[in-house]
Amino acid sequence: MHPAPSVIIFTTLSGLGFGLLFWLGLGFPAVTGWTAFAFFAIAYALAVGGLLASTFHLGHPERAIKAFTQWRSSWLSREACTSVAALVVMGLYGAGLVFFGERWALLGWIGAALSLLTVYTTSMIYAQMKTVPRWQTPLTPVLFLTLAITGGAILSGEVTAALVLLLLAAVVQVIWWQRGDGALAGSGTNLATATGLGKPGQVRAFEPPHTGTNYLLREFVHVVGRKHAMKLRLIALVLGYALPFALLALPFNHVFALLAVLSHLTGIAASRWLFFAEAEHVVGLYYGKR
Amino acid sequence: MTTLPEKTDRKLGLVIDLDTCVGCHACVVSCKGWNTENYGAPLSDQDPYGADPTGTFLNRVHSYEVQPEEGAAQLIHFPKSCLHCEDAPCVTVCPTGASYKRTEDGIVLVNETDCIGCGLCAWACPYGAREMDAAEGVMKKCTLCVDRIYNDNLPEVDQVPACVRTCPAGARHFGDLGDPDSEVSQLVAERGGMDLMPEQGTKPVNQYLPPRPKDELDRTAAPEDSEIDVLAPYLNPVADSPKGFLGWLDKTLEKL
Repeated sequence: MHPAPSVIIFTTLSGLGFGLLFWLGLGFPAVTGWTAFAFFAIAYALAVGGLLASTFHLGHPERAIKAFTQWRSSWLSREACTSVAALVVMGLYGAGLVFFGERWALLGWIGAALSLLTVYTTSMIYAQMKTVPRWQTPLTPVLFLTLAITGGAILSGEVTAALVLLLLAAVVQVIWWQRGDGALAGSGTNLATATGLGKPGQVRAFEPPHTGTNYLLREFVHVVGRKHAMKLRLIALVLGYALPFALLALPFNHVFALLAVLSHLTGIAASRWLFFAEAEHVVGLYYGKR
Repeated sequence: MTTLPEKTDRKLGLVIDLDTCVGCHACVVSCKGWNTENYGAPLSDQDPYGADPTGTFLNRVHSYEVQPEEGAAQLIHFPKSCLHCEDAPCVTVCPTGASYKRTEDGIVLVNETDCIGCGLCAWACPYGAREMDAAEGVMKKCTLCVDRIYNDNLPEVDQVPACVRTCPAGARHFGDLGDPDSEVSQLVAERGGMDLMPEQGTKPVNQYLPPRPKDELDRTAAPEDSEIDVLAPYLNPVADSPKGFLGWLDKTLEKL
């Protein structure tokens, strides 16, 4: 799959933003007034910034409002609805904390649940794709949710929780990669089933339909970056998990905490880049590629 | 609504004969020609006469080599367009309701004024049947020439999809695959029509007829088949070593 910057930025930032909103909704850290304002500003900048970035890859962003209509069938539509619901509820809850110094706990819990639900709907957009075997697993929502909660814990300064969650997230990440590497082969879809020509003999793509490239090849067949996949996985593991773990394990210091956040964000962006770049869409088979 | 209809009254679709297709790409050209100036946004090209031309097509012809266990390899030309699946994954993922499957005839269409160009339907399609138009930013796909097949302004012979009308080899057939008595259904039954990627669970309406077994003139006759090569002994090389000057040269060179 083509690793579009807009989608990588969107899933990385908004995942982190909704992760922070989840913790804030539960009342961690227990902040009010201007401190609460700062926390909510960061969470909204990440969540809304990410959502805005996602509209950049639309052909017609001016019609985006229509995406709220098909929540019965479409995960993308559900994501649009839950994200707005989460932002509205958390906005009211945040207003209580910032302006009235009151924690309306029930509202916070609802907001926290909606924030997680938003991350879940995002992950299901990918996990539902039967055409991309690497994504089509319940492990994909597990990975997205674990990462969101972990990032939120780091941002909200819940150090103990963050340390445990970083370990957990790293394990989920490695399992997700492991499973993904055999996913296409295990899916049962190959050039023989794609063409139905497996019975007479061995099928080989002889000639593509055109000499140039096309939308399908640009969007679904991304081969260049896979060459460095192993190196990038290592970078993602070190920056996304190991280094933040080490920085948070040290005696608490705001500089270290900031570095932990930045390192985690960079590592997760690398992991998210791989999430797309490594994903094989079955349409590539028709072109003799994967 | 992007939920799929429980069932459709008819299942209009194509039957593509892989045995007959000669890979001339006439269907590709006629499809582009008709659909760029009729239903919906035009099918744009980018840099069409330059070094790196690309463009939107609703139908493309691949070519595959099939190598049997024994005998010569076969070249199979393979036209591919929207299969108008019964369980179309492209429809249900659409967030705006722009993609839909018609209840009356099962044709999968895009309402271009509702399409936000998110591309998710193209992700969901295993066949590569949907292409985002780079100029219009909306999703384009085969309409089964919905603006021809019901068009009373056209002569009856033209009231079929442009690709079917133009195919010089008669490799493309159009009809109701939901009706077991239709010509296309009978053709499918007779020739063992098949689904592409059945394991994806899309239940495609379009069917592909497999290539028929080829004759075996390419096989060399077995040695005991004396009937065939009765004159063969006379055609064996007479001299297996050179004579005269060349023979001397050969021997001398061997000794060196």
